[in-house]
Amino acid sequence: MNARFLAMGVALAPSLPGGPLKRAAQGQTVVDASWALANRGDGIFDRWLLFGTTLPQYLTWTLGSVVGAIFGDALSDTHRLGLDAIYPVFFLSLLIAELRDPTSRWAAVGAGLLALALVPISPPGIPILAASTVALIGLARRSA
Amino acid sequence: MTLTYTQVWVLILGCAALTALNKAFGPVLLGGRELPPWFTRVIVLLAPTLLCALVVTSVFASGRSRSVGAHTVGVDVAALMLWRRHSLVLCVVVAVLVTAGLRAI
Repeated sequence: MNARFLAMGVALAPSLPGGPLKRAAQGQTVVDASWALANRGDGIFDRWLLFGTTLPQYLTWTLGSVVGAIFGDALSDTHRLGLDAIYPVFFLSLLIAELRDPTSRWAAVGAGLLALALVPISPPGIPILAASTVALIGLARRSA
Repeated sequence: MTLTYTQVWVLILGCAALTALNKAFGPVLLGGRELPPWFTRVIVLLAPTLLCALVVTSVFASGRSRSVGAHTVGVDVAALMLWRRHSLVLCVVVAVLVTAGLRAI
């Protein structure tokens, strides 16, 4: 399920100082939103922005899970509240900020189509990791 | 399938360990050295590819099947609004309202 963190960790690696243990520990702070926010767009990540945006997420995520586990039954069917629309909209806003040039736009389109094509034939998590291989077109084409 | 108490905890700890390994892999193997320019060009493209794959699979798929629902419409409306540069909070609220509204009828 979390296979995409492999690709995110590879991208982050050059931005982390220190020995292997220290880098591994810093790598644990990667979650989707803070990884995307800390990405400066030039191949370097702002690691303090990464840590700083992960911390409040971690606290509220954990707190929310605890509240949900205790009081979740009171809401009965959460599906009808439409809350599942929040996550994609948030990531869409991060995605739009990344579409700076034609290369990144085509990479995004290719990755989306590949992920969707793989959904029925691979376990959850794999389509997203596989889609990240579309980034390899950066080898052939100079990004603007 | 019903799991025992112990099995559930083994599963949780297993997933946690696997995620930690996933996250450590890149930084341990590739960190602490200068990387060539081609590597940077690939990294720059990782963000749009991963984010697009995340969005697409959460909007047009459920588990291992392609499926659309009320949330697909809600997110589409919000996508238009984001493109027109409306604020993120407003877009999220509209997406939730459209989704919940469609499910109510």
